[in-house]
Amino acid sequence: MNSPCLSNAELIDLEIFAAQIRIKTIEMIAAVGKGHVGGSMSIADAVAVLYGSAMRYDPANPKWKMRDRLVYSKGHSGPALYAALAIKGFFPQEWLKRMNQIGSNLPSHVHARLTPGVDVSTGSLGQGLSVAVGLAMADRLDGRDSYVYCVMGDGECQEGQVWEAAMFAGNHILNRLIVLVDNNKRQCSGELKKINDVGDLGRKFKDFGFDVFEVNGHDLAQIDVAIRQAKQNTFKPSVIILDTIKGKGCSFAEQMADNHNITVNTEQAVAAVKILETRIDDLNDKRERGHVNEN
Amino acid sequence: MKINLAQPGTPAEESMADTLGRCLGAFMEEDLRVIAMDADVGLGKMLPPEIINKYPNRYINVGIAEANMLGIACGLSFKDKVPFTYTFCCFAARKVLDQAFLSGAFGGAHVLMIGAMPGVTATINGGSHMAFEDAAVMRAVPEMTVVEPSDMLQGEQVLRMAKDLPGMFYIRWERKGDIRFYENGSTFEIGKAVKLCGGSDVTIIAQGHLCLKEAQAAVALLALEGIRAGLIDMFTLKPIDREAIVDAVRETGCLVTAENQNVLGGLGSAVSEVMAENEAAPLEMVGIRDAFGEVGDLESLKKRYKLTAQDIAAAAKRAISRKQKRRPGA
Repeated sequence: MNSPCLSNAELIDLEIFAAQIRIKTIEMIAAVGKGHVGGSMSIADAVAVLYGSAMRYDPANPKWKMRDRLVYSKGHSGPALYAALAIKGFFPQEWLKRMNQIGSNLPSHVHARLTPGVDVSTGSLGQGLSVAVGLAMADRLDGRDSYVYCVMGDGECQEGQVWEAAMFAGNHILNRLIVLVDNNKRQCSGELKKINDVGDLGRKFKDFGFDVFEVNGHDLAQIDVAIRQAKQNTFKPSVIILDTIKGKGCSFAEQMADNHNITVNTEQAVAAVKILETRIDDLNDKRERGHVNEN
Repeated sequence: MKINLAQPGTPAEESMADTLGRCLGAFMEEDLRVIAMDADVGLGKMLPPEIINKYPNRYINVGIAEANMLGIACGLSFKDKVPFTYTFCCFAARKVLDQAFLSGAFGGAHVLMIGAMPGVTATINGGSHMAFEDAAVMRAVPEMTVVEPSDMLQGEQVLRMAKDLPGMFYIRWERKGDIRFYENGSTFEIGKAVKLCGGSDVTIIAQGHLCLKEAQAAVALLALEGIRAGLIDMFTLKPIDREAIVDAVRETGCLVTAENQNVLGGLGSAVSEVMAENEAAPLEMVGIRDAFGEVGDLESLKKRYKLTAQDIAAAAKRAISRKQKRRPGA
């Protein structure tokens, strides 16, 4: 049975994990010189909660039948997922240095055939939720108690297939399906509002039969609580709308108007990583102080 | 592979639509992995009602949402289910190409995509519903197997083989198929063409029920004129049986392809590719010449698009004439 919320120490560990994901993501993208910084940063905290607290998996046995599945439908944010998988031991961290280089097991958009821990290939936006629905249907048919998570972008919700899948998930009451939408308000060429506004996503998913949780997508405790509540849901599929900032936590990207797919040089990377390392040091101190206080 | 040929024109005991419903029903009964999926084009009425009553969760009508159907099917296959998706050819390829490519073939899914009413057999549904490009499009997707069974017996075996083989399948299915080419006891292999008869003057290579039927009649017409035509059933468009094509070139020195689809990218193209890389010979292509479909009854449409036995026989004579110009006395 899930405990109702994280302890302080667990929360600090998650925050450290999230910072590590950001560091590795920046280093990975800097190594190749260009990449999808913005969306990787905005989803980093949710990925930290998924792999640090919510999901059932075994890095030593990535094909374990009883594992939870993640359909990472916004496949272009692969770097954040690769960072989490490497830190958790799905593959050697050395691999991160060769992302997007010829013969790499870590392509720009996630690919199940290449990367241990990646279950579904994505990269053409809008397809992942349908696949997640299929996975959840199979679990129901077989009576498995696993959960299926689907991470989507807000811009991705402009694709019609998302709503075909949402309609089906709601009508079939796929209560073990948990969708997370990275609502960073920006897409490749600018703001969603100016390009083709998706409007009130929560209300739309609610109309399609989902339970809706709207949380600060950079507050690990909020994300964690929302997922715990979604897991207890027996009547509906759940969607967690993550209010996020594109580029969050990456010093050079966060202030940019356009940080979707950008070049990153070594100086930028070093400076951004330094800030995150300082944050990790602070978090470690905080945890130790906490231990002292508890003792 | 073992072939017992039926007498030409032997009526089938059931239409191929009935075969499909019966087979999927039997698979659902014997193999709990099998899921029948429908984008609201009537598969529910083709499956045996007692099967739907017994396994209501394994017949899924997703509604009018082909892309979603294919995505769900891929997800099901990633958890060891074996989904058959059913819609018309015009929707089965055009509407879901990206899903078939990415969630499907690229992602390593195992889905049996059935496209019904190929080519002109869409008859009065007209041009909007006439898929002449579906097999060509699917042929260009890596690792996609493309088949079009010719009769009920072969169809049943193709479905069963596809169910138990890995990867994505695009299965063109002529619902009104009503004659048999093969008798019970015949066995087939995906990727192995069936030689219905050998010839010495020309070989006709046909794909699908309609064209094989017309081609068989063309062989008889040619025989009346003393022309010995061989006939091959190329029910697997991909991977194509290269050996059968090379053998036919060596045996008869010229070929005719007959297909119920656009010749661009289809059977004529596939046969040309094999010849270009091996031994070339004159080839005449019978098929849709880069045109849209239109409404009409099947007989009129066959004439309109030059898919009849007479058209195939005329093409055979053109191929022979080209061969003779190239190799006088041959």
